Amino acid sequence: MNLNATLFAQLIVFFILVWFTMKFVWPPITKALDDRAKKIADGLAAADRGKHELELASKRSAEVVREGKEKSADVLANAEKRAIQIIEEAKVQAKVEADRIVANARGEVEQEVVRAREQLRDQVAALAVAGAEKILRKEINAGAHAEILVAIKQGL
Amino acid sequence: MATENVANAAALGAAQGPTQGEYIVHHLTHLNSTGEAQKSIVDFSVLNLDSFIFSTALGILAVLLLAYVAQRATAGVPGRLQSAIEVLVEMVADQAKGIIHDAKSRLFVAPLALTVFVWIFFLNAMDLLPLDLFPKIWSTYYEASGHDPHHAFLRIVPSADLNITLALALGVLIVCLYYNIKIKGIGGWVHELFAAPFGSHPVLAPINFLMQMIEFAAKTISHGMRLFGNMYAGELVFMLIALMGASWAGMHSLSGGLLFAGHVIAGSIWAIFHILIITLQAFIFMMLTLVYVGQAHESH
Repeated sequence: MNLNATLFAQLIVFFILVWFTMKFVWPPITKALDDRAKKIADGLAAADRGKHELELASKRSAEVVREGKEKSADVLANAEKRAIQIIEEAKVQAKVEADRIVANARGEVEQEVVRAREQLRDQVAALAVAGAEKILRKEINAGAHAEILVAIKQGL
Repeated sequence: MATENVANAAALGAAQGPTQGEYIVHHLTHLNSTGEAQKSIVDFSVLNLDSFIFSTALGILAVLLLAYVAQRATAGVPGRLQSAIEVLVEMVADQAKGIIHDAKSRLFVAPLALTVFVWIFFLNAMDLLPLDLFPKIWSTYYEASGHDPHHAFLRIVPSADLNITLALALGVLIVCLYYNIKIKGIGGWVHELFAAPFGSHPVLAPINFLMQMIEFAAKTISHGMRLFGNMYAGELVFMLIALMGASWAGMHSLSGGLLFAGHVIAGSIWAIFHILIITLQAFIFMMLTLVYVGQAHESH
C-alpha cells in the first residue's frame, strides 16, 4: 500500500471516463427512457380515450337501437291500423257490391218475371185463342175479333 | 561451508517453490515502472503499471460497453442488455435525484456516479478471476523473454491498490470543491469554512476551519480507504485459501486431502460472498460520491 504516480494517472483517467460517460452514455439512455415513458403515457391516454369513445359509441348504438325499436313499433301499429281500416273499407265495399249485385239480381229477376209473365200472357192468350178457336172454329174470325182477343189478353 | 549451506537452501527453495510467506509477498507486489518492490511509502517517481493498465483498460471497456448500449438505445421494446443498463441508469438517476436537488448539477454528477459504479464494479470483479492465472501467464512470458520469473510481479485487482481508490476519492473531492465554489461562490464558501459548524464568531473561526479541513480529509481518505481495505482484504483471503491448495500439492496424507477440500469449499464460499462484496462496495462508493457532492450543495 505505497503511494506513487499511479494516483495521478488514475485521477486523469477518472475524469476522462466521467466526461465520456456524461457525453456519450448518459444522454442517449435517459432520452430513450424518457421517450419510452412518454410513449407509454401516450399509449395509456390513447387507451383511455378509446375506452371513452367505446362508451360513447355503445351509448349511441343503444340509442339507435331504441329509436329503431320505437320506429318499428310505430310502423307495426300503423300497419295494423291500416289493415283494420282496409278490412273495414273492404267490408263496406263488399257490402255495397253485394247490395248492388243483389239489387241487380233482383232487377233481373223482376225483369225475368215480367218477361215470363209477358210470355205466359202471350201463351195464355194464344192458348185462349186456340181454345176459343177450337170452340168457335167457324164463327170466330181471328182478324175480326182481334179487338176482343187483345182485351182478353189485357185482362190476364 | 556457510555459503554452501545458503546455496543449498536456495537450491532447495527453488526446487520446492516459494515458501508461504514468499508466495503472499510476491502476490502483493505491484508490477511497477522500477521492476522492484517500492521501497518508500510515498514515491511519485514510481508508476504501478499493472494497476494503471488494468484499471484503464477496464474503465475503457466499461464506458465502451455503456456507450455501445447507449448509442443503440431505442424508446421501443428494449433488448436484455439495454434493459440491464437501463435498470442501472435508472437506479443511479433515482439515487442522484434523491440526494442532489439541483437538476443542472445532476447532468454531471449522475453520469459521474454511473461511471464510478460500473468502473469500480469491473475493477472489483477482477478479484473473482483465478488468483494465479494472470501472474502465471505473466511470469511464464517474463521467463521466456529472458528475465528472472521471481521478479515477475503482477496484481490484477486495481481496486486493491490504494493509489487507485485514493485517486477516485480525490476525484470526488475535486468535484465537491468545484460545487462548493460554484453553488456558494468563492466568498460564500470561504465564509462557510470559517463559520461552520460552530457558528460565525472570530474566536471560533480557527476551530471551524480546522474542523472543516478534518472533515474533508476524513471524508476523502475514508472514501478511498474503505474500498481499498475491502478489496485488499478480500484478495488476501483468496491468497490464504490458495495456500491451502498449494500445501496439499506437497502432501499425500489425510491432512493433505482436508486441505484440498478446504481450498475448494472455502474458495467457493468466499468467491460467492465476494459477488456480494464487489457489488456492495461499488454501490457504497457511488452512494458516498453522491452524498458528498450533495453535501457540497448545502449551505450550513
